[in-house]
Amino acid sequence: MTPSIYQVIHRQEEFAGTFTLRLQVQRKNRTNPPMRFNPGQFNMLYAFGTGESAISFSGLACGRELEGEGSILIHTIRAQGNVTRALECLREGDTLGVRGPFGQGWPLQKAKGKELLIIAGGLGLAPLRPVIYAALEGRLAANKVRLFYGARHPSELLYREELESWAKQIEQEISVDHGDGTWPGHIGVITDPLQAARIDGANTVAFLCGPEIMMRFCIQALLRKGVPASAISLSMERNMKCATGLCGHCQWGPNFICKDGPVFCYEDIRPWLQIRSL
Amino acid sequence: MDYLLHASDLERLIQAIYKDGYQIFGPTINDKAITYGEISSSADLPQGWTDIQEGGRYRLKRRTDKAFFGYAVGPHSWKKYLQLPHRPIWKASRQHQDIEVIEIQETAPKLAFLGVRSCELHAIAIQDRVLTEGDYTNENYRQRRAQLFTVAVNCTSAAATCFCTAMNTGPEVKLPSDLTLTEVIEGAAHFFLIRSGSASGAQILSELSLRPAGMREKNLANGRVQQLDEEMRKGPRHFDSSDLKELLYRNLDSPSWDKVAERCLSCANCTMACPTCFCSTVEDTTDLSGEHSERWERWDSCFTADLSHLTGGPVRSDTRSRYRQWMTHKLATWQDQFGSSGCVGCGRCITWCPVGIDLTEEVRSIRDLECKQAGSQEQP
Repeated sequence: MTPSIYQVIHRQEEFAGTFTLRLQVQRKNRTNPPMRFNPGQFNMLYAFGTGESAISFSGLACGRELEGEGSILIHTIRAQGNVTRALECLREGDTLGVRGPFGQGWPLQKAKGKELLIIAGGLGLAPLRPVIYAALEGRLAANKVRLFYGARHPSELLYREELESWAKQIEQEISVDHGDGTWPGHIGVITDPLQAARIDGANTVAFLCGPEIMMRFCIQALLRKGVPASAISLSMERNMKCATGLCGHCQWGPNFICKDGPVFCYEDIRPWLQIRSL
Repeated sequence: MDYLLHASDLERLIQAIYKDGYQIFGPTINDKAITYGEISSSADLPQGWTDIQEGGRYRLKRRTDKAFFGYAVGPHSWKKYLQLPHRPIWKASRQHQDIEVIEIQETAPKLAFLGVRSCELHAIAIQDRVLTEGDYTNENYRQRRAQLFTVAVNCTSAAATCFCTAMNTGPEVKLPSDLTLTEVIEGAAHFFLIRSGSASGAQILSELSLRPAGMREKNLANGRVQQLDEEMRKGPRHFDSSDLKELLYRNLDSPSWDKVAERCLSCANCTMACPTCFCSTVEDTTDLSGEHSERWERWDSCFTADLSHLTGGPVRSDTRSRYRQWMTHKLATWQDQFGSSGCVGCGRCITWCPVGIDLTEEVRSIRDLECKQAGSQEQP
């Protein structure tokens, strides 16, 4: 499966080393139908000559981002390996390859009539951004949506301006590991505000994405509040090469993260999450 | 229907397959081992040789007879011809801001495998499920596989490392094969029982105009296979594999993994020799101009740090977790993923492990430790 070629039409530096690209399919491929995806799925982004990296969709699921002749893809990326560092060098007008969409996304239908908790750590907010937009547009039919977001430092918050605009409709608890003197919010791990929150367990669903350790502790807090295991979804990360279930890299117990995930229902993967170095 | 093929007519069989346009691969002696290579006549086969195998040990030895297939299995498996060890995937070029990616598609050759053992037919069937029966397929594998012609051989002797009876994959050929041979040497007589399992196999057979095998010949051939089956079931490496998945799922934190990690070198030999291991990676390279790039796929192994690499280091940072991944994948998680075990009991991982780690011993060790722990918990 070869990548389609896309062009960077906008580049936004979120903070040092982390950036958001808006991509549009190359003019000669515009006759292809626009890429449709579910929030939580991912693309393989190909930096010419360097390789591919699995990056989740941060753009809207449908509607608004369909501009002009082709759909716009939004991907938020942290430069940490060879490929993502090469992607970091791309500027507006530059081209890259895109293969996708791959994997299983968030079970949005579970939020219907429930309170949805969106729990993100660091870059984990990126695959949840389309869920937030779906909520803002009323497409989830959730009773209420709350965002718990933890970052290392106030300067390392993603989508700063959007966070402020979301606050009008979505209750937010933002926590940082280290304050900067002016930070008015909570300092510490995101599990603290989660534990302090009033949560009606039986009528709550939770979507989590972040470091595994953060997700494990948040899940324990949710379970203690009576949120059923079947109402908790989390997005997992492993090394991926093919994204099509053939290369074996992303195995996690019996699961292939690329095709069975990256979003899993906690009830289904509970035994595997407890095993170190699996 | 079984036919009789005299040993001296094996050459006619090879030429008939060759004449049908196949490239024939089979066992040959190479670097003091029986490996798979291209065959042009029966003279290329390891006639009169056998292999002596044990954990971490492999030697060729002269047989006292002239058997063509009197060995078990060597370090190679057929997967090297179906899931290629190293192959180009695409070429890409960049001019200014325009990138073009062109898939590299091979015209698949018509392959014939001569001397495929029952465990190896099972291994090919397992790789079929992994590489061609999911939502996405390895197209190169699928095309090579689609045209494959197999000449299977019933085992009438086994290496000490073989445990196909434990995995229900042999020694008798039961999966479909275009042709199946059973070699018999009895006194001065040297012949094969041969049967077809497909239209193309039947076509080749009809070209050879053979006579049907008699009852005595059939009994001799079948008796050898049955006798081997019984011997292997009494052997030290036979075990009950029916509960392997549950056993390993219960024992992901068994102290046995720590013990085996003290010996395992994480060298990946077992995964390279294994006929079902399918992990691969890709490598991207560019020329000096930076305008032309290629992507190649090559075999990878769960024993490398790179396979589970994530920012912050590999998920499986130690040998314990890598050996556990390999063995639990092979024997347990494979069942959930693809509906069968990933192990065919060929014993290659035992023979070609430089320190002689034995998968069947590791299964026993996990079981014994579990029993011992259960026993000590029962005591007051």
